[in-house]
Amino acid sequence: MHVVDGALSNEVVIAGGVLAAAGIGWGLRKMDMEKIPAAGMLTATFFVASLIHVPIGPSSVHLIMNGLAGLLLGWMAFPALFVGLLLQAIFFGYGGITVLGVNTVAIALPAVVMHYICRNGVKSTQKKVAVLWAAVAGGGAIFTTALVVTLALALTGEEFIPAAKLVVLAHIPVILIEGFLCGSAVALIHRVKPELLRDTPSADGSPVHA
Amino acid sequence: MSQYGPNVSNVMRARGALDTQTWVNRTDPRARVIAAVLFACCVITLDSFYALGFALAIGLFLLVSAGLPAASTMKKVLTMDSFIIFMLLMLPFTTPGEVWFHVGSWEATKEGVLKAVEIALIANAVVMAMLALVGTIDAITLGHALNRLRVPENLVHLMLFSVRYIDVLKVEYFRLRNAMRARCFKPGNNLHTYRSIGYLLGMMLVRSLERSERILAAMKCRGFNGKFYLISNFHFQKRDRIFSLIWLCLLLLLLASDYFYG
Repeated sequence: MHVVDGALSNEVVIAGGVLAAAGIGWGLRKMDMEKIPAAGMLTATFFVASLIHVPIGPSSVHLIMNGLAGLLLGWMAFPALFVGLLLQAIFFGYGGITVLGVNTVAIALPAVVMHYICRNGVKSTQKKVAVLWAAVAGGGAIFTTALVVTLALALTGEEFIPAAKLVVLAHIPVILIEGFLCGSAVALIHRVKPELLRDTPSADGSPVHA
Repeated sequence: MSQYGPNVSNVMRARGALDTQTWVNRTDPRARVIAAVLFACCVITLDSFYALGFALAIGLFLLVSAGLPAASTMKKVLTMDSFIIFMLLMLPFTTPGEVWFHVGSWEATKEGVLKAVEIALIANAVVMAMLALVGTIDAITLGHALNRLRVPENLVHLMLFSVRYIDVLKVEYFRLRNAMRARCFKPGNNLHTYRSIGYLLGMMLVRSLERSERILAAMKCRGFNGKFYLISNFHFQKRDRIFSLIWLCLLLLLLASDYFYG
């Protein structure tokens, strides 16, 4: 879901820019030297994940996976997902320049929200519990993203509201699929390298040892 | 090779564009970044169709002068998010105003159609200018240019890191997909597909975090102290001054034409 240049009112564009800058700034403060390689690597991974197309009905959708990014990165999801969006805008022409702030908030804010809601559940040593919370994070992040985009459109003008409502409805299958994928990914991590879910930086930047 | 040519070959750069010498490639990357941002900020304020047509013409001219391959670039420009296309198609029917035509029982208004065309023109003009001006900068050089433009160093490091490893991870992704194909995996609409792709993602995350630990160890071993040395030196030359001057005139002309015809 990339909003394009020209679609939103100036107030919404400016508000999005300010919020995104604040989030990125806060995320960068959590990212010290030790975390640059891991954060860069995860940024690249989520960028590659966004190129994966998953079949859905007769068509296909590309993955966003911001819920998983939030679980692993916390506030650092802001700079990480911003870099992904920036590269997509510059080299692929997805989205635009002035709406970069709004797009960043739409993708990264749900990631941070899901981090706070689901992080403890995912740390559980019981696989079923962890997978369930991961699925909630994956689906919930997409749902929140759809809500943020809807809000941005609704604040721009009433004529966008019917389209925005349909957008949320159209995303119900995507919510289910991303939730399921996020759950499966965490199931695999739980089996292969469970410490990854526990040792990754928490929201306040310090490593968490559960 | 262009003056600000790539030392690290990368998928991210617009293929072919950097191998040909064009005036766009020879212009200072910093000037190009600022020019693209200013252009976007001007274009989104435009209302009149004269000015928007003019902006689109500028975008097209830049695309041609940047020497980007025409067919694939146009495809990129026209590929908008399906949700945006959908929204644009809905606009004529949801905007209140004078009824222009009917589709079945739905009434389309003139204001809605004009609004949708306006958004499409703005979006395309900006994307064209950006692909031509910024998309032709090698990703590494772009990072250095952004740093010179006072973008926080941490953010530039993050960007350089991900640019470096996107290629590596893409290769890894294709290797894993190949392994899946060798085991007769065919994507379809079923839980098996979704679960397998989820596992694939999980595996990529595990591997990339393990790789990042190795990278950090190797970097520390070489005395990494949190600072990358961004070594590109840019020279703002006469050519860049002329470009900036012409660009400013064009933007003023755009705003003026919007003011007088708007």
